[in-house]
Amino acid sequence: MVTRDSSVDEEPTSEFHAQGPPARRNLTARLSPSDLAFRGIARSGGVLVLILMVGVGSFLAYRAGQALHKAGWSFLPTQAWNPDGGGFGIAAVLVGTILIALVAIVVAVPLALGAALYISEYAPRRIQRGLVSLIDLMAAVPSIVYGLWGFFFLEWRMTSLSRWINDWFFWIPLFKVNGVDRHSTQPTATFYTSSTFIAGVVVALMVIPIACSIMREAFSQAPVSEREGAYALGATRWGMIRAVVLPFAKGAMIGGTMLGLGRALGETIAVALIISPVFVIQPHILQSGTSSISSLIALKWPEATPFGVSALMAAGLALFALTLVVNYLAAIIVSRSRSGAASEA
Amino acid sequence: MTTLDKAPPRTTVPSRPEARRGQQPRQIAGIRLPDVLAVGGALAAALTTTGLLWTQLAPFTGIIGYVALTWCLFVLFYAVLVSLDQNRTTMRDRVASVVVHSLGALVALALAYVIVYTFYRGWNALKHANFYTHDLSRTGPLDPLTKGGLIHAVVGTLWEVGIAMAIAIPLGLLTAVFLHEVPGRLSRFVRTVVNAMTALPDILAGLFIYATLILIFGVGFSGVAAGCALAVTALPIVCRAADVVLRLVPGGLTEASYALGSAQWRTVLHVTLPTARSGLATAVILGTARAIGETAPVLVCAGVTGYVNANPLHGPMMSLPLLAYISVQSPEPNEIARGFGAAATLLVLVLLLFAIARVIGGRGPGQLTAGQLRRRAARSRRDLARFARLDAEAAGYPGEGS
Repeated sequence: MVTRDSSVDEEPTSEFHAQGPPARRNLTARLSPSDLAFRGIARSGGVLVLILMVGVGSFLAYRAGQALHKAGWSFLPTQAWNPDGGGFGIAAVLVGTILIALVAIVVAVPLALGAALYISEYAPRRIQRGLVSLIDLMAAVPSIVYGLWGFFFLEWRMTSLSRWINDWFFWIPLFKVNGVDRHSTQPTATFYTSSTFIAGVVVALMVIPIACSIMREAFSQAPVSEREGAYALGATRWGMIRAVVLPFAKGAMIGGTMLGLGRALGETIAVALIISPVFVIQPHILQSGTSSISSLIALKWPEATPFGVSALMAAGLALFALTLVVNYLAAIIVSRSRSGAASEA
Repeated sequence: MTTLDKAPPRTTVPSRPEARRGQQPRQIAGIRLPDVLAVGGALAAALTTTGLLWTQLAPFTGIIGYVALTWCLFVLFYAVLVSLDQNRTTMRDRVASVVVHSLGALVALALAYVIVYTFYRGWNALKHANFYTHDLSRTGPLDPLTKGGLIHAVVGTLWEVGIAMAIAIPLGLLTAVFLHEVPGRLSRFVRTVVNAMTALPDILAGLFIYATLILIFGVGFSGVAAGCALAVTALPIVCRAADVVLRLVPGGLTEASYALGSAQWRTVLHVTLPTARSGLATAVILGTARAIGETAPVLVCAGVTGYVNANPLHGPMMSLPLLAYISVQSPEPNEIARGFGAAATLLVLVLLLFAIARVIGGRGPGQLTAGQLRRRAARSRRDLARFARLDAEAAGYPGEGS
């Protein structure tokens, strides 16, 4: 062993002594053929994934072309969906999609924030890991299971809440429900089922784990020295969280929320189960009847004619563009933030 | 001189003040009695006030409202009780702590409730043995639960997820290795695209496969098409999770490998990937769990059938989430029970995958199991014996030494 080591050491030292200050070394590595092959394979894998992902958008656009060509600009402002006769457009479904996603975000963000703070700041060390995998499990529960829960359980429990909100906050246009009397003793539950609100609450359950895991990751990266500094200056735990943890993770909180929004925009099956589709713009979130792009596709798919399929592809393209923009912005915000700086290698 | 004789120099010992009696060390951790009293008192006050409102004073009904108002009143009373003997800052800290704890508990409760409810509603179907061995080819919606089952959906799910993962795992891991090992403008762009695609609406993956495989290549509604659609959904998830795990591999290990003169591919194959093995397994399992549960791509690409179809290349193929989705839309209680049974079976599969992920994953990179530690020790002992033998041989031929 010794002999081999010394023989390796010898050359550079002698060179060093002979030439005095060493010449600037060229640090670019010359790759061996095997490494070149390795890099080629890895790069081709990456390019393949890239092609696949770009292909999703371009094939949707290609198939949507027929419908978009026929509908022209009326695709955007039209509310009805009759591709095989009359007009069709995404105004109603787009508004429905965005409203459902917004309800989901409003419900999910406080819960996700609370859960993330609990796991990273309050929970005892022993159970922390278990809680993290509980959140992962929540993300892995199939959306059909949440949908069933929302459809069979939550819907009938939420009507009393919807009714209460309508009784007291009807003067806010968002919470108005047409066709019911306030404080009426008649059972009017069917006015409140299948609403944007209920669909949004169910989607919120699917948003929580996504937003929560990103927030928790950022919270746990808050530097220990700054935490201890805050404590040393006499901060309470909440004072420390407000002064150190939350500012540190601000970017991740916004980014996590937006990633959750991306998920909420695209949720299909749970929404398709809960809502009863209507194709007018429905701004009253408590009122029965709404629609979203993905549930429109799922519901209209089985009976669509070839031209109808093209129209559904056009709707899918709009959804694709929407989620892509939201997710891209979210990714940028997360990576630009202080807590996410390390993640952009 | 006399002074010396009179008073020899002595150290003055200050008289120590008598230690105060009854002083206890201050308790800085654990549960203190005043805290317990404040929580209990606030809870009792909130419950009774809400009870009074609900039963006597106001025309309120509904359990959700009762719980919500109780909670709000509890926070309020707790704030008042704490502020009686603490300052404002402490009061705010306590209230924040209560709010955070209850939000965390609410999330856990919701998850537990969703899972328990699915099993509760599906139990009627799950308790019959024929539910696991029959298909629905000769069973109508009106038939009792003792007829028919979901074996066709289980077979379909296994085929589809198998195909999906056969595509997504190698490609996802290869891309993760690319992102980690070949940094540059291309890999940054790929990473951005993959991250954005993690939240790709699942139905769009189905539409994509429909637009390519089915419309252009004429594959037809089949297990292969559904598997490809699931692969498109699972790919970004596997890729992203694996990328995150690979980044956690200690740089010292790979640098040591390079310092020993090994090529990049050898380093990746023998150092980076084995070190991150448990994390990579977790990434793969997370992707699988996601692929199993997706309904929308299957809805678009696989078609619906009641027969067992073990040929993924031809003919429609049922899967568990699709069976659940279709069954519960029927008004028949038996059919709804079948739907919940399918959802519960699906949930069992996901929980099982998760348990496996916890057992083999859950360790940081480089942390080994007991078995791995034993094997490593055995390898070291073999190496030691080999070196000893080499040294002995070297000593036997002194011409080659020094």
